[in-house]
Amino acid sequence: MVQYQKAHLDSSFAALSDATRRGVLEQLGRADASITDLAEKFHMTLTGMKKHVGVLEQAGLVATEKVGRVRTCRLGPLRLEAETAWLERYRESWDARFDELDNVVEALKRKEEIDGRNQRK
Amino acid sequence: MDAIRESEHIPMKNRATAERTSDRELVVTRTVNGPRHLVFQAWTKPELFKKWWVPKSFPIVLLSCEMDVRTGGKYRLEMGHGDSKPMAFFGKYLEVIAPSRIVWTNDEGDAEGPITTVTFEEKADKTLVVMHELYPSKEALDAAMTSGEKSCVEETFEQLEETLATLSASGGQS
Repeated sequence: MVQYQKAHLDSSFAALSDATRRGVLEQLGRADASITDLAEKFHMTLTGMKKHVGVLEQAGLVATEKVGRVRTCRLGPLRLEAETAWLERYRESWDARFDELDNVVEALKRKEEIDGRNQRK
Repeated sequence: MDAIRESEHIPMKNRATAERTSDRELVVTRTVNGPRHLVFQAWTKPELFKKWWVPKSFPIVLLSCEMDVRTGGKYRLEMGHGDSKPMAFFGKYLEVIAPSRIVWTNDEGDAEGPITTVTFEEKADKTLVVMHELYPSKEALDAAMTSGEKSCVEETFEQLEETLATLSASGGQS
């Protein structure tokens, strides 16, 4: 596991050691883009951009999908992990909130039962 | 669900679900043990609302709570902890239909905030609460989901910067 993480970090560092590749990640953080879009944006040849995206993809920072003749790039599984973790914390905080709501509703229910009984007397 | 009858004496712990259902939307669901009119009351009466909206396990407390729960009405909550400056959460109720539906805006941020819709559906003395949060754009939800907590990418960037700083400080060549 430690070995895996180390290898993973190494490839992330290598991927991020280049200004263009950091720019590509920032760009994909705003919106998905095709390799052609990215090449234009960073004033680069298609082949050059393909190489950069390849390095980012190997590091898990970017995922690509080819639809027809266009290869679309988006942020990769590393980013997804962060989202999943956020969603779980979000869920937990709502659970805590609803636990308290359960208590409040439970108290209201008891009060209603007592009031109902008193009315029937 | 009907096949498993819950014991009257041992209330089962209900569990919330949270899901990103689209580029712009989050959905939270949870069953609450009580009829819908009581859940609606607990959600719309400030003196009840403030008992549960900020659970004791949260690192902050609710300092004040003003709510005018009717279509077009406004709300304002202030939260804080210790000596830090209180944070205000405020917005407007776009729709209030007792006892089944409340829709409100979240206007505290710099950018346009999400619209929250909560619905209450009664099921055999219990209430299914479904909460939608609709963000103005994919970018806004993406940003919300990585704020407060650094994303892996940001952390990696920082580690990289530290490493580079150490290298240059020790006169290392790249």
